[in-house]
Amino acid sequence: MSLAERVLDGEIRAAARLMRDIDDRFKSAVDELKILYPHTGKAYIIGITGPPGAGKSTLVDQVVAAYRKKDLLVGVVAIDPTSPFSGGAILGDRIRMNRHADDPGVFIRSLATRGALGGLSRSTMDVLNVMDAMGLDVIVVETVGVGQDEVDIVSTAHTTVVVMVPGLGDDIQAIKAGILEIGDVFVVNKADRDGADRTARELTAMLEMKHPEAGDWMPHVIKTEAAKGLGIDELVDEFEAHHSYLKESGALQRLIQERNAKIFADTLREELFESVFSGIKESGKYQQILDGMRDRSTDPYSAVEEVMAARSFS
Amino acid sequence: MAERRIRVLVGKPGLDGHDRGAKIIARALRDAGFEVIYTGLHQTPEQIVSAAIQEDVDCVALSILSGAHNTLLPAVREIMKEKGASDIVLMAGGVIPEDDIPGLKAAGIAEVFTPGTSTETIVAWMRDNVTPHA
Ligand SMILES: Nc1nc2c(ncn2[C@@H]2O[C@H](COP(=O)(O)OP(=O)(O)O)[C@@H](O)[C@H]2O)c(=O)[nH]1
Ligand SMILES: [Mg+2]
Repeated sequence: MSLAERVLDGEIRAAARLMRDIDDRFKSAVDELKILYPHTGKAYIIGITGPPGAGKSTLVDQVVAAYRKKDLLVGVVAIDPTSPFSGGAILGDRIRMNRHADDPGVFIRSLATRGALGGLSRSTMDVLNVMDAMGLDVIVVETVGVGQDEVDIVSTAHTTVVVMVPGLGDDIQAIKAGILEIGDVFVVNKADRDGADRTARELTAMLEMKHPEAGDWMPHVIKTEAAKGLGIDELVDEFEAHHSYLKESGALQRLIQERNAKIFADTLREELFESVFSGIKESGKYQQILDGMRDRSTDPYSAVEEVMAARSFS
Repeated sequence: MAERRIRVLVGKPGLDGHDRGAKIIARALRDAGFEVIYTGLHQTPEQIVSAAIQEDVDCVALSILSGAHNTLLPAVREIMKEKGASDIVLMAGGVIPEDDIPGLKAAGIAEVFTPGTSTETIVAWMRDNVTPHA
């Protein structure tokens, strides 16, 4: 039986191995993903982003518990950075989620960024597809949380959650405008700390300034104390409200369209580059181009044009 | 062709509350280029094995200072077998008397490092003895 068939049969080890093959970029994984693809598209995906230490993993742990209480099957993808020096990584998000480790209704996978920017790893979307095909109902993605450029999560998740903590320099104005754009739900975690109300108020005021059009989703700010599990029910209600909004407003269809377009474009870009690049390396053309550039008899622009002209696309 | 990156779960079963040693190992392994899933303190053998399977690690490295090694380590190995995951290498480090080591090895613990072992020795052992899953 292929890995994909074993995944569809509910075999955990097969799913875990396939995720590994995807992450390690095994060619065979592509064939497995082809088999799984028709079985995807059912899971509800929640993305959680925010600065390191804000309590994202603790929050994920609580959200998992809340969905388990509703008897749903839950997946978690937790992403941490790869060391640029050694290529190794310490993936430590599970520390906060250990109580779910032996719950058969929960599958948690840690991924290293392996050089990807944007807060996710290159394999995230495919790993989500495996979890989706496994039949998990809700999947929570925790991004790296470097605080910048965490935009990839928006095209990956149905609901994007931005987690903040009180007193981030006590000046909400300082928060990058971009972060206001990406969130469907905002969380002020560590509500036990001074300034939580103020941070929540300021954030709400800033969100209101965006003046959404009638019928658009208006993001709310939820205060939580993840370490004690406070505010989690309200948070999960807000997720459900956003999910319903997406379905009823037609926004879900748009989101799926955009997501599909992105997946296709990413895959095309990667495959095209792979195939063209390895082609010219094998034929010796690549070396010729480099030689030409060295003595300035050719330039990179003409060289690429020439390479492209030698192939036909339709 | 794509290449496997070795993944190792580093954790601490049992009740004692010191994870300094485990953290040092985790860092040394990261610096050697491994992907380390660090699960922290106080896990049951069941939790460790489930995490190891979900993360598809090649090796589980456990730090034990509590004195419960003779029960905890064979328990982890036993559950690995039950779950069809005995291809995962299990090794341990910590305060473990020399006399106990042969028994642990007989129970399927691949290697046991006692205090004072350098991280270089442990990393070198990993490189020689842990091959990533095919
Ligand atoms: N005071 C307080 N600490 C919290 C709360 N939630 C999480 N923490 C702590 O914040 C630290 C970082 O949490 P973690 O979930 O790992 O943050 P992450 O880096 O965003 O994933 C941990 O020590 C948590 O125990 C909270 O509501 N209040
Ligand atoms: Mg985290």
